[in-house]
Amino acid sequence: MPLKRKIQELKKKREEVLKGGGDAAVEKQVAMGKMTARDRIISLLDKETFTEYDMFAEHEAKDFDMDKKTLAGDGVIIGTGSIYGASICIYAQDFTVAGGSLGNMHARKITKIMDHALKMKMPLIGINDSGGARIQEGVSSLAGYGEIFFRNTLSSGVIPQISVILGPCAGGAVYSPALTDFVFVVDKISKMFITGPEVIKTVLGEEISMEDLGGARVHSEITGNAHFYASSEAECIEQIKKLISFIPWSNLRKAKKFPPKEPSADYQIEDIVPGDPKQPYDVRNVIRAIVDDSDFFEVQELWAENMVIGFGRMGGETIGFVCNQPLVLAGVLDVDSSDKAARFIRFCDAFNIPIVTLVDLPGYLPGVDQEHAGVIRHGAKVLYAYSEATVQKMTVILRKAYGGGYIAMGSRHLRADFVFAWPGAEIAVMGPEGAANIIFRKEIASAEDPEKVRKQKIKEYKDKFANPYVAAAKGYIDSVIEPKETRKILLHAIEVSENKAVYLPKKKHGIPPF
Amino acid sequence: MAKSSKTSAPEPKSTGGKTVKNDNSEVSAGLNGNGKIRCKSLVIDGTKYRTRLNKKFEDRKAWESPDPRKITSGIAGTVVKLFVKEGQEVSKGGQMLILEAMKMKNRIIFHTGGTVKKIYVREGEKIPRNFLMLELK
Repeated sequence: MPLKRKIQELKKKREEVLKGGGDAAVEKQVAMGKMTARDRIISLLDKETFTEYDMFAEHEAKDFDMDKKTLAGDGVIIGTGSIYGASICIYAQDFTVAGGSLGNMHARKITKIMDHALKMKMPLIGINDSGGARIQEGVSSLAGYGEIFFRNTLSSGVIPQISVILGPCAGGAVYSPALTDFVFVVDKISKMFITGPEVIKTVLGEEISMEDLGGARVHSEITGNAHFYASSEAECIEQIKKLISFIPWSNLRKAKKFPPKEPSADYQIEDIVPGDPKQPYDVRNVIRAIVDDSDFFEVQELWAENMVIGFGRMGGETIGFVCNQPLVLAGVLDVDSSDKAARFIRFCDAFNIPIVTLVDLPGYLPGVDQEHAGVIRHGAKVLYAYSEATVQKMTVILRKAYGGGYIAMGSRHLRADFVFAWPGAEIAVMGPEGAANIIFRKEIASAEDPEKVRKQKIKEYKDKFANPYVAAAKGYIDSVIEPKETRKILLHAIEVSENKAVYLPKKKHGIPPF
Repeated sequence: MAKSSKTSAPEPKSTGGKTVKNDNSEVSAGLNGNGKIRCKSLVIDGTKYRTRLNKKFEDRKAWESPDPRKITSGIAGTVVKLFVKEGQEVSKGGQMLILEAMKMKNRIIFHTGGTVKKIYVREGEKIPRNFLMLELK
């Protein structure tokens, strides 16, 4: 056969695979408001950069008439390409091919691209759209999942791993996203659960829709499993691109630097935080007042809103922000906000992203539900994450920093490199009201006019301790600064700590309070 | 607004309590005073903070001490067999019922003796977790 004809044959073979599950299946996919796997990859990557591998992979299953079926690419597309010039590895499950079900070859393709990502130090993006294990292949499917989870774990902290849920992702399949760094979901399209509505109905007699059980909003607002919520696939793709622009390509690098830009004049830092520590404000406006171009990219915006985390740039360099949010639950630490902060701190530390902590919290949330939900072990994660992080750590105390909350939120004692405080900062064991009630209990109780004495004692305590100077006198705070000096001093701190080197005791690994 | 009064703890006597007040006045929390956000109060260590509350916080249930005479299901499942009747004397260690859950027939036994006051389940009934199954006098 002349080469020309062989090339023709190749082209024909390729065309077959490009059809995916066939016209009918593709039509069905589109009717559900979903893009095809290939379109998803192409719209996510830089133009004409996608290179596919294992296009002609075939399954080896024999049982249940599987030997008579050919499945295009075995239901998954793998390859490499780039996003804003960053080389990445990607796989996308193709729901039009046998429901994107995961069999042995399907899993081998995924693990091949995962191995490549880890070896070549490239971010990995996995697009999940699958009915689950390919039941006809039995335990081989389960083995495939196990191999994926193992690689997710090996790659953790070495390369960024991103999971995009664009369809069902049920049963064991959900554990790959759960092991990765960021999970993206889309309204009405993403579904994640361990046991579906059918099983729940048979076993428990409870009826619930897929959407209410494990839809995009559930995982964005209630469980905290998802990090980014979008209302359409197109919006989701823009979010992924934006995230890729903020994070480094592996733990051996720093994030790509952008040209520095001043924050927008709309955000006047001195007008955002009310003087009265009991009044709320949106801490995101403080972030916007200090980051380049006022561009703050929030992570887990809808879950545990009393803690704000996300990325911004300062002087062109990516910074991870960890901030109490006085607007919600007065910015307290609780079970969920502790988990949220701790995991983000560890991501930043693993990937050389300096951490800026903005502090304004009254302490931990009191309550039986919190205590019984294990706020002790969850809260401990924050202490662990800050203490363990060796990346540059800068803390600004905006207003309140009481009790355990003061210690937890990136304090000097957990080895923050720089701690600054605004003049309105109150650093104390608790708020003046609570403190006065305890210290002067006897005086208040035995006074002729207890209310008058209480007020007087609160004022006394406030004057003496509700300020940053007691902590500053002990060197726990490096500098008391005017709010408008915040950006400048943080830029300086980032610059002078650029070559920070800290060596932790040698160990196999720590044992964080998971 | 009845909900928050139901879930709120009593006024704190010491400094450790918390209350949720029903005031719903608006405060400015937006950019430069724009954008009004509805705030409530959250008391921590005797200080009342103006803030928004989240759903999880507002939905939390007030703590109730467990009553050993009220026996609830530890797992969701189906009551496949009942061994006792109302008014029957039972002793510690005696069999109460079989609750089939997760393909296991779980034998539920009495942890204290007494007289069965009321039975809230029937054989064949599917019950959720924490469901009151039986009450002792």
